[in-house]
Amino acid sequence: MTERIDFHYSLERGDFSLDVEASLAMRGITGVFGPSGAGKTTLLRCIAGLESAARGRLAIGGDVLDDDSHRTPTDRRRIGYVFQEPRLFPHLDVRRNLEYGAKRAESNSGFSFDETVEILRLGSLLDRRPSRLSGGEAQRVAIGRALLSSPRLVLMDEPVTALDMESRTEVLPFIEALHAKAAIPILYVSHSVDETLRLCDDLLVLDGGRKLAHGDLSDVLTRRDLPVLSGEEAGSVLAATFLEYDENFDLTRAEAAGGELLLPGELDSSRPIRIRIRANDVSLSLTEASDTSILNKLVASVEAIDDDSPHSVLVRLRCGGEALSARITRRSLEELRIAPGARVIAQIKSVSVRSGRL
Amino acid sequence: MSEGLTALWLSAQLAAITTALLLLIGTPLAWWLANTTSRWKPLVQSIVAMPIVLPPTVLGFYLLILLGPNGAIGSFWVSLTGNALTFTFTGLVIASCVYSLPFAVQPLASVFESVGRQELEAARTLGAGRIDAFVSVIVPLSAHGYLSAIVLAFAHTLGEFGVVLMVGGSIPGETRVIAIEIFDRVETLDYGLAHGLSALLLAFAFVILVTMYVVNRRLARR
Repeated sequence: MTERIDFHYSLERGDFSLDVEASLAMRGITGVFGPSGAGKTTLLRCIAGLESAARGRLAIGGDVLDDDSHRTPTDRRRIGYVFQEPRLFPHLDVRRNLEYGAKRAESNSGFSFDETVEILRLGSLLDRRPSRLSGGEAQRVAIGRALLSSPRLVLMDEPVTALDMESRTEVLPFIEALHAKAAIPILYVSHSVDETLRLCDDLLVLDGGRKLAHGDLSDVLTRRDLPVLSGEEAGSVLAATFLEYDENFDLTRAEAAGGELLLPGELDSSRPIRIRIRANDVSLSLTEASDTSILNKLVASVEAIDDDSPHSVLVRLRCGGEALSARITRRSLEELRIAPGARVIAQIKSVSVRSGRL
Repeated sequence: MSEGLTALWLSAQLAAITTALLLLIGTPLAWWLANTTSRWKPLVQSIVAMPIVLPPTVLGFYLLILLGPNGAIGSFWVSLTGNALTFTFTGLVIASCVYSLPFAVQPLASVFESVGRQELEAARTLGAGRIDAFVSVIVPLSAHGYLSAIVLAFAHTLGEFGVVLMVGGSIPGETRVIAIEIFDRVETLDYGLAHGLSALLLAFAFVILVTMYVVNRRLARR
């Protein structure tokens, strides 16, 4: 597959400036990650043609939409947009909201109306007005409406951020399902690492209107030179393979490079497993303690120690070829005499499991 | 009484035609006013609002000159159709459009400022062109603004007197609208018909305003 989505946009607005160039694959979900004010939403609006002050280039699979001499109007781009807020048309019921884009599409590629209603479970909502929908329901309708306009690229701007926890867990599986079923590429803005980890294949990291990193999700998430991935979100991503499921305790045993791990729930034995371990959830000990509630312990060697805050440090570990990091206090560092080259036991309090979920 | 009815019917026609034209002219003008960042905006706003503060006789005087056979618009009309604009129904329609313009444009501009900006963007990403998105999203969401514009432009045109007197005079069936009819009746001391027509207009104005406020409240709750 040589066809790609290439863009390069720049925009000046007051003291903010955006200048981002990237080339994306024609399928899968690319996460756009960064702190607020990084230019994530502005980049999406440029791609959708909603920023009249933007200058730049956009080509989807060789079809040039924007360049120096020509700009395609928003309605001719066939780029779907799911905004942070659902933006449904309040004067139309759910069915007519869904049909709005479909009626205006020249071709009907992708999903049919019935399929979309089925995947997003909208059947019982079709006759309702948007004001009678919950936040999660409304956002599902908005996703369906964007898909039915037969887009060749879908932009999603933090579609679950405005939702409460319950609605969030309601919407995310639908986006995962879309990912599995659709060949439409998706650009997904998020400022949550866990959300990104769960949904995305690739990651584009922005800060201050500039591209900091772009590439395979695991590669980018384990990089240590990205300031936006430090702090609370610092951590690492490990690959693992399924070994067996223990029904008694509802745990899956998996093999990672540094040793075996026990993961919550039953995982899909046929798919590779990707897990994320936050530096805050890793503690270190010199000997293997047996009287602890912590299940996952990996033998690791200390590579380096980075300053973190007045009271804590980030310890970079190497664990069977994979990188892992632990955030411990300066006091523990001194008491345990941890230094580069030391052999330690990394105790992992909790993990978030990415793919391989059933 | 039949003269009263003729005048009433004439006024109703004039108000209906004027209102329809004002919606056509007022919609793009109000949309421009609601969205522009142009430095000419205050100037255009002032011109639109002039008929509210100007004495109708002054407005009527300038319109008489402009629409007259030697005026800029009037002479053009004569060369086009062979007929004059002053003291005709067509001339009254043009004069009424100017006179009632702010009553259509201002409610529309204020509703356009507050409604549907986000939904409009969503419509564009769903493949709707500028005009399509405006008609299918902004117009329905601005329903209460349109209702106010229709009611105010219609009622205001129905009650006009000074401008009509200057531009149209008092030709029965052509330019003698209801307000002129009432004036003529009072002049000739025919208080009976003056009472009847006045009471009719009073009741109409009251009913139409109550209806507007009630419907607007319903629309706002939706």
